[in-house]
Amino acid sequence: MWDYTEKVKEHFENPRNVGVVDRIDGDGQVGSLACGDALRLTLQVDRGADRIEDARFQTFGCASAIASSSALTEMIKGKTLDEALRVTNQDIADFLGGLPREKMHCSVLGREALEAAVANYRGVPLPAANSPIVCECFGVTEREIERVARENRLTTAEDVTAYTKAGGGCGRCAAEIEKILARLADRGSEAAPQAAPAPGGTGRKLTFLQKARLIEEAIREEIAPALMHDGGDIELVDIVGDEVQVTLKGACAACPSSKRTLADFVTGKLREMVSENITVKEVRP
Amino acid sequence: MSELIYFDSNATTKTAPEVVEAMLPFFSERYGNPSSMYPFGGETAREIRLAREKTAALLGCDPREIIFTSCGTESDNTAIWSALRTQPDRRHLVTSRVEHQAILSNLPLLRKMGYRVTEVGVDENGRLLWDQFLEALTPDTALATFLWANNETGVVFPVAEMAEACAERGIAFHTDAVQAVGKIPINLSATKIDLLSISGHKYHAPKGVGALYVRRGLKFSPFLIGGHQENGRRGGTENVPYIVGAGRAAELALANLADENTRVRALRDKLEKGLISAVTHTRLNGGGAERVPNTTNISFEYVEGEAILLHLAGKGLCASSGSACTSGSLEPSHVLRAMGVPFTAAHGSIRLSLSVHNTEAEVDRALSIFPPIIAKLRAMSPFWRGDGPAPGSLLTCETGACQVCDP
Repeated sequence: MWDYTEKVKEHFENPRNVGVVDRIDGDGQVGSLACGDALRLTLQVDRGADRIEDARFQTFGCASAIASSSALTEMIKGKTLDEALRVTNQDIADFLGGLPREKMHCSVLGREALEAAVANYRGVPLPAANSPIVCECFGVTEREIERVARENRLTTAEDVTAYTKAGGGCGRCAAEIEKILARLADRGSEAAPQAAPAPGGTGRKLTFLQKARLIEEAIREEIAPALMHDGGDIELVDIVGDEVQVTLKGACAACPSSKRTLADFVTGKLREMVSENITVKEVRP
Repeated sequence: MSELIYFDSNATTKTAPEVVEAMLPFFSERYGNPSSMYPFGGETAREIRLAREKTAALLGCDPREIIFTSCGTESDNTAIWSALRTQPDRRHLVTSRVEHQAILSNLPLLRKMGYRVTEVGVDENGRLLWDQFLEALTPDTALATFLWANNETGVVFPVAEMAEACAERGIAFHTDAVQAVGKIPINLSATKIDLLSISGHKYHAPKGVGALYVRRGLKFSPFLIGGHQENGRRGGTENVPYIVGAGRAAELALANLADENTRVRALRDKLEKGLISAVTHTRLNGGGAERVPNTTNISFEYVEGEAILLHLAGKGLCASSGSACTSGSLEPSHVLRAMGVPFTAAHGSIRLSLSVHNTEAEVDRALSIFPPIIAKLRAMSPFWRGDGPAPGSLLTCETGACQVCDP
């Protein structure tokens, strides 16, 4: 029997926001009947304020999938889309007082549904859509595995299975998952030869080349795809000491909230993935 | 929580009060070691002999053919490894795709050690593919091992005929009868079965005692190596109170066999028919095959098993599911998959298994508990709208690349 928290049980027994919103502005559907869990999240958005007025869910799945969906809707209602997108799967699990490790994929499903619903509202494709499939049993892409592994600091293939289901079927992709984890670990150790604490740790001594590589990678793998989500893009112009100079393009360039986007999101990501000393400056092309 | 309705007797059963009563003196009063030379110990050996006779009576065999073990898994492991050790020139084992973990979990190790293993399939009702079974038997086969009754569906394999076919070819035959004993008549003396496993806690003895039948004359190699206990076939001081309990439980099981096959069968049938008529979009798994009288396995489509179980538990009803989420693995029951039950139905499968301790009032209550739970879960399922499956619903995931969507 699973050791569910009282909060999980409570949200399972009395799920909040079940159903479909009155006016569907964003519609995110993830998982499948065959895979054993599926979640449809619909959003009603105040277009002027870019704010989620209402969020409702329909879920096929176990108790933790239903509780995670219920928690997610409670967490994102009233938030702006950008604020909502900052909700991580760990935030969902924390909201519920934790989930059994084997059930963490339910929280990941919630986060994926949110991204899908926002992408649907904004009319942009999901960034994971073009990534190669690693786990054919559950249709999990390389990008999904990389991202979930990095964000949750996963180090073993079993953890990856618990969080993404990848590798939980026939097991043929186990070697591929190990390779992805090794690649992530290499990146970490390359940047921090003296065993720094987990990714983005503090006090790492980086050579300029290492730093530049990490910054490029952070922008390419994480920041640019997220901005493309919003119809924008970002270009790295130069690196001067710890100052990263970038140019915003597309929708971002005209977006009144771009300054906050820069401060909050880009700086946050670079500090997390490269060094805490990073500052970001927007420069004209 | 309301009063408990226990419909999970294939998982374990209540220890019968008569069994507890029979066991009690052997903890703090008659605690002597059966191997001791003084009456205080030696007299307990007599109790073990009686328990062996009662167990043999339940199985229709000679008491000397019974070895007491700690559980069904130990009995299964003993049978497999004894057959392999006593026939070192044979390097092949035949079994099925729907076995219990006590057999299945041995297979990777056997393969690693260089044995060939053939897993015979079943049809959509869980029945053995007979031709495939016969084809699998070769002169190199050391053992054929098959469940008598399946723990998930209750489907019965024709083990007497299978043992006959093996005997004709000089192949040892083992059956895991853990889910058959006490539910259907067993008369081993009339069959060619060489080895048979049972587990006490499935027929109202406590957890922690089992038995293995070894046909007289069959070569045998012990699994637990130690003292002379069990005629040198299973080392370790005898678990006297539990063996006494198993004996009493065997006696009760034999006496209750008629009730199991009439009253319990009727309760199971009422429950099964009632659920299928009260809830739409269900699927009876193994319903077209011969089954033990106490078990039913029903899929409630478009909902997930663990969620059903937790709601049932909230109403005091205990059952099991073959869904992925209840197992800790990510795929649904290997038994249902081997039967070709679609994943979409396997995830919502519920096993209800009764015993002589259940009543008609409990069945009636269960019939009123189920429909609102299924309705509540379907109401929040993205695959359901109104009274039926949502039209054009998302049966495939966004990538459409998994083996189910795109095999």
